[in-house]
Amino acid sequence: MDATALAANFENKLAKNENIEPKDWMPDNYRKHLIRQISQHAHSEVVGMLPEGNWITRAPSLRRKMVLLAKVQDEGGHGLYLYSAAETLGISREELLHQLLSGKAKYSSIFNYPTLSWADMGAIGWLVDGAAIMNQVMLQRTSYGPYARAMVRICKEESFHQRQGYEIMSVLAAGSPEQKAMAQDALNRFWWPTLMMFGPSDANSANSENAIKWKIKRESNDQLRQRFVNQTIPQAELIGLTIPDAQLKWNEAKQGYDFGEPDWEEFNQVIHGNGPCNKERLGARLKAHDDGKWVREAAAAYASKRKLVAA
Amino acid sequence: MNKQETLFNYILRIADSQLILGHRLSEWTGHGPMLEEELASANTALDLIGQANSLYAYATQVEGKGRTEDDLAYLRSEREFFNHLLSEQPRGDFGFSMLRQMLCDAFDVLFYSALMKSSDNTLSGIAAKAYKESQYHLRHSSSWTERLGDGTEESHQRMQNSLNELWRFTDDLFAMRAADLELVNTGIAVDTSSFREAWFKQVSEVLERATLTIPTHAFMQKGSLEGRHTEHLGYLLAEMQSLHRAIPGVKW
Ligand SMILES: [Fe+2]
Ligand SMILES: [Fe+2]
Repeated sequence: MDATALAANFENKLAKNENIEPKDWMPDNYRKHLIRQISQHAHSEVVGMLPEGNWITRAPSLRRKMVLLAKVQDEGGHGLYLYSAAETLGISREELLHQLLSGKAKYSSIFNYPTLSWADMGAIGWLVDGAAIMNQVMLQRTSYGPYARAMVRICKEESFHQRQGYEIMSVLAAGSPEQKAMAQDALNRFWWPTLMMFGPSDANSANSENAIKWKIKRESNDQLRQRFVNQTIPQAELIGLTIPDAQLKWNEAKQGYDFGEPDWEEFNQVIHGNGPCNKERLGARLKAHDDGKWVREAAAAYASKRKLVAA
Repeated sequence: MNKQETLFNYILRIADSQLILGHRLSEWTGHGPMLEEELASANTALDLIGQANSLYAYATQVEGKGRTEDDLAYLRSEREFFNHLLSEQPRGDFGFSMLRQMLCDAFDVLFYSALMKSSDNTLSGIAAKAYKESQYHLRHSSSWTERLGDGTEESHQRMQNSLNELWRFTDDLFAMRAADLELVNTGIAVDTSSFREAWFKQVSEVLERATLTIPTHAFMQKGSLEGRHTEHLGYLLAEMQSLHRAIPGVKW
């Protein structure tokens, strides 16, 4: 097939909602867009292990300790599936890791906020995993096959995380005055950064247009954000917590909530490295990588010795 | 000490060791040499803390004073913990953690395989599940011990240093109270001396493949059964119990 026929074939598949598979021809920009998006997603899972990992050694009961450890382990597993999905596009895991550690690749800005109390484990599960699900449910129908399939697997675990997080929050909200204050404080701190997770309004989002055209993305940032807000407000009310937004109001006509605008200046600062924990998060991954260098070298040396023996 | 107290303390010894070792392993989450190993450490940690949880649950029944699993884990001080000294040592480098793990896993496999035959049905049930888990853990920790011991010059030196550091706590793994012998006689408890040689043989084989040498002049540290620990346990508990103790008596 010549170039025009290949392109027509690609467009045709998209039009019929068929998945694009690794061996299929695809436009260079489609491939680049996917590598960027999937690897950012993978990095977010892996860096996302750190803020919650911060409370594993202090979880207040044996059950909470086990559930949190299992959750953080799940997130690492998501990172692995996604790195594999990215590898099907012709980039190596090493290169992806290098992009993260050199600061070239981005990850979700939410993980650059600190976890200051136990209630943050509730807020992250409930809000951050909740927001991630909005995006990921949509991505189950994304046009690239390996990415869509990874999402199906991941979504099941994410909804479990969200329920666990909400459960932590509801226990705290129904607990002692200190516990309730802890829960409200966590909600106050995580609410706006969570809304920013959906990204700026699509009108201001450079990558959105292509992503929609290629059916990588099937809904706009604003649509997803609105759905998240509509879903979350009643959940907060149910456990007696207050959303920190004075402009929040039910809008009968649109059958949804009107809500305030996140501070996009803060968002830009965090994205450009000036969030409260950017240095710590990347620093922790860099330190782990450097500290582990002798281990990886030893494993490689051992393996090549065995090969010599076998040969 | 009556028989009930003896059994209670016996269970605590096992539970505390698994909790503290699991806690140490869980510290690797987010900080490992490769993502796969962070997940593997978390997995083993989950198994160990799960074992501790089941054992604490049984201990509360045996004690019959209305305490909960969390009361046992979060409201005792370091002098009341009976975990072995190996478990509480700081995680060190990745090789240190894997070597310590191998020494403990080899013990657990033999210990649980004997405890599976306990006349106490709850203990034998917990042991049967834990035995399978320990076998898996041992395969993993032995293979890392071997690879790092026989890897590069640097890794070999690091591993030999770790072994020199850890070996002095290995006698303490096998410590038993005089009172435990009563439980051994009634078929409830395991006499650790019965598998001491098997442990040494197993561990020596792994270390030999790892080209590591067991130190011959190590002075053996003891005391965990009397709640005399190294200074590290106090800090571990201060961290682990801080939030639970900060707001007492609430649900989490
Ligand atoms: Fe995830
Ligand atoms: Fe999650």
